[in-house]
Amino acid sequence: MAATPSSPTAATTTGAQRAVVVGGNRIPFARAGGPYARVSNLDMLTAALDGLVARYGLQDEVLGEVVAGAVLKHSRDFNLTREAVLGSPLSARTPAYDLQQACATGLEAVVSIANKIRLGQVESGVAGGVDSASDVPIAVSEGLRRTLLTLARAKTVPQRLKAAAALRPGDLKPATPRTDEPRTGLSMGEHQALTTAQWGITRQAQDEIALASHQRLAAAYEAGFFDDLVTPYRGLVRDQNLRADTSLEKLAKLKPAFGTRLDTPATMTAGNSTPLTDGASAVLLASEDWARARGLTPLAAVVDAETAAVDFVHGEDGLLMAPAYAVPRLLARQGLGLGDLDFVEIHEAFASTVLTTLAAWEDKEFCLSRLGLDDALGTVDRERLNVHGSSLAAGHPFAATGGRIVATVAKTLHRRRAELLAAGEDRPVRALVSVCAAGGLGVAAILEAV
Amino acid sequence: MATDTYLDLVNSGFTAKVAKQLGLPRPARLRRYRAGAPLVDGPVLVLGEGGDADTLAQFLSGTSPEHKGWDLDVRRHAGEGTRFAAVVLALTDVAHPRDLAEPLLALAPVLKTLAPGGRVVTVSRGATPDQAPALAAARQGVDGALRSIAKELRAGATGNGVVLADDVPVTAPAVLGALRFLLSARSAYVDGQLLPVDSAAGALPADWERPLEGRVAVVTGAARGIGEAIATTLARDGATVVAVDVPAAGEALAAVANRVRGTALQLDVTADDAGARILEHALGRHGRLDVMVHNAGITRDKLLANMSPDRWESVIAVNIAAQLRINEALLTSGDFADAPRIVSLASTSGIAGNRGQSNYAASKGGVIGMVQATAPLLAAFGGTANAVAPGFIETEMTARMPALTRQVARRLSSLQQGGLPVDVAEAVAFLASPQAGGVVGQVLRVCGQSMVGR
Repeated sequence: MAATPSSPTAATTTGAQRAVVVGGNRIPFARAGGPYARVSNLDMLTAALDGLVARYGLQDEVLGEVVAGAVLKHSRDFNLTREAVLGSPLSARTPAYDLQQACATGLEAVVSIANKIRLGQVESGVAGGVDSASDVPIAVSEGLRRTLLTLARAKTVPQRLKAAAALRPGDLKPATPRTDEPRTGLSMGEHQALTTAQWGITRQAQDEIALASHQRLAAAYEAGFFDDLVTPYRGLVRDQNLRADTSLEKLAKLKPAFGTRLDTPATMTAGNSTPLTDGASAVLLASEDWARARGLTPLAAVVDAETAAVDFVHGEDGLLMAPAYAVPRLLARQGLGLGDLDFVEIHEAFASTVLTTLAAWEDKEFCLSRLGLDDALGTVDRERLNVHGSSLAAGHPFAATGGRIVATVAKTLHRRRAELLAAGEDRPVRALVSVCAAGGLGVAAILEAV
Repeated sequence: MATDTYLDLVNSGFTAKVAKQLGLPRPARLRRYRAGAPLVDGPVLVLGEGGDADTLAQFLSGTSPEHKGWDLDVRRHAGEGTRFAAVVLALTDVAHPRDLAEPLLALAPVLKTLAPGGRVVTVSRGATPDQAPALAAARQGVDGALRSIAKELRAGATGNGVVLADDVPVTAPAVLGALRFLLSARSAYVDGQLLPVDSAAGALPADWERPLEGRVAVVTGAARGIGEAIATTLARDGATVVAVDVPAAGEALAAVANRVRGTALQLDVTADDAGARILEHALGRHGRLDVMVHNAGITRDKLLANMSPDRWESVIAVNIAAQLRINEALLTSGDFADAPRIVSLASTSGIAGNRGQSNYAASKGGVIGMVQATAPLLAAFGGTANAVAPGFIETEMTARMPALTRQVARRLSSLQQGGLPVDVAEAVAFLASPQAGGVVGQVLRVCGQSMVGR
């Protein structure tokens, strides 16, 4: 599966206008069953928009578009994002649509808006995402559903009786949503356990990733870094999953949660895997002209993006390894190497997802045979990796993660650029964002400081 | 916010009759600002002799050849059976305590028929030690008389005064601005106060309903209570509002910012760079910064005998040290120079002291000292610094007081009730307005003429 870089499109060359991230807002992420247990996706997405509107004074503003989505979604939320816009102080004339690409929903929403801005189709937009692992839809069983539909179509009493008679006691058991892969029946954790074993990732290395995530997120909160990125919600002020006082010792005590039936040691625990989480995020994007006309500071431009997919069904690659393919293609198209990136954000679905991705890029054999490169892609400096923590500490409300990462990294880029300029160093400052997703999907994007 | 059930009872039906027969205190429902309502609800009597009285009468009635007035129904004599909504006593000419008799005795019969929510406003000049003793006596006599008249008024009527420095004409913007504020429903809970006007600075607004049009105001502690009311009131008066509060209050803050069509800035005012961040936000987003309202404040009550260092220090840090640091950042920036306004929240505790609040009173007394010393620094570019000292205000904070203490505290003022957050906000909005440019380094109490302190 040798991938070749796709050719640059008009939008990635300098002719089109830049799409910039102006800022973002999210509600603190809560553990499933926590303070947002009785809150709907619509409530949370509206809250994220409310905070964004308040921060940037967007009341009554007609934005180009609002794009957001949820992975676990009620059928009544068929127009979730539009409903959130109508419930927000934005002008009711702001269009919206729902988008869904599993855990990459938020990042893909950013890419979608950015592309429209670059093409001049819109001048501004909000990309967002929301998920509740608490307030999930519960459906009736397939048997009951079919019976009810047949009943609704039945015209005569005998027809109705016949339809009702088809019902079996077992049909009354409700069907709860599953995050298992439909084609393999394996949970995401079990899939990743296979990949972890394949790449020989140790427990210690995973726990170190988790520890860094918690420590860095806690330090960022302490420094006030999130003062203009997060708006408290329902009494929650910081991410509920954050454990500022965790340690390698504490993490080492946790029992393995995935891969316990493999013949290799089980290394994935609740500590180095993301918990089920509730939350929402939103990112404000615009053309530079639009932003500056409103006194808003562009933080970072969305330069380019790439999506990849892997054949995990037949075991060719691990379920969450698509970013390992998307990133090299994206870097090649932009003529960049890992060393040109000041910051690298790899979504921590599991600590081992980050580590297997990094291992793949460092593996010459993999890079030659699978990525079609001449050499190993290279090593990511750990000091540039997930510098303000990531999903292991913050939690991971599926569709909300992309927005969290993009807003955080845009602010990080802008700061770094300002620091360098103050020190007399004028050079591009770039970040890579990589998000893996169910279905063997992966989306990567490059942002550059403005 | 607690409801004043007693006030409801003495103002409705059978319980009102019982209260009257028993001679119980009967606090009135106060007249408060409503858009489109008249400035005063009836004729206005202007008492006093001399040029200033005539000038004021002309201005109020809109018959002045030089100024566009307020078109009020102005009378110069108390006719039989006229129910006045307000009385303005022009006392700038008194030279001897004897001179007070005529105007004040002319007021006497009017008081009995003053309309509910009526107003008595004196316009006089200040007594200073360099004056002839008789002149100073006459002028200071106005102070004592007015405070006593205010205590005599009933049915939500208030008595207040404007005290001019010798070189300030009665047509100075701040004199007319203060007079209008004190006549209006905006001063519902301001009672027994004499507000000095020390300079002719300031400008009359193009639109009295929106005096803050085009101005950018920052309000700290804006997520709830008095701060929320200030943000709302400044926005009503035309200002673009930057609502500031600690990050933990962000959800309520966002709701306030969205409601007033302003922006939310999550910020701990005690941060070293708070001033810089406020400036950056206001200038970056809104292009300017004109009004700084220091409302954020905390209480950590304890008798001094039981006071811990952190209780003392946290109150000082939030209530006064943060204000000093932010003001310094604004003043040295060069971007706070177009008739800027600093309005800071003091407290009656900072004036009269309060058992168990030595830390709080130190901080609030500090606020008073700060505005007095800051005002001269702003004078060169038409700026002012003033404080508003709330008395008993119905907020979440006072709702937590023990019920009996709260009932007693409410009645310990001439208006016999607690004020509302909006009453404080109205005073802040007045001091933030262009017309208040001649009010410098003052403390305006919003306390219903509380028995506590002056």
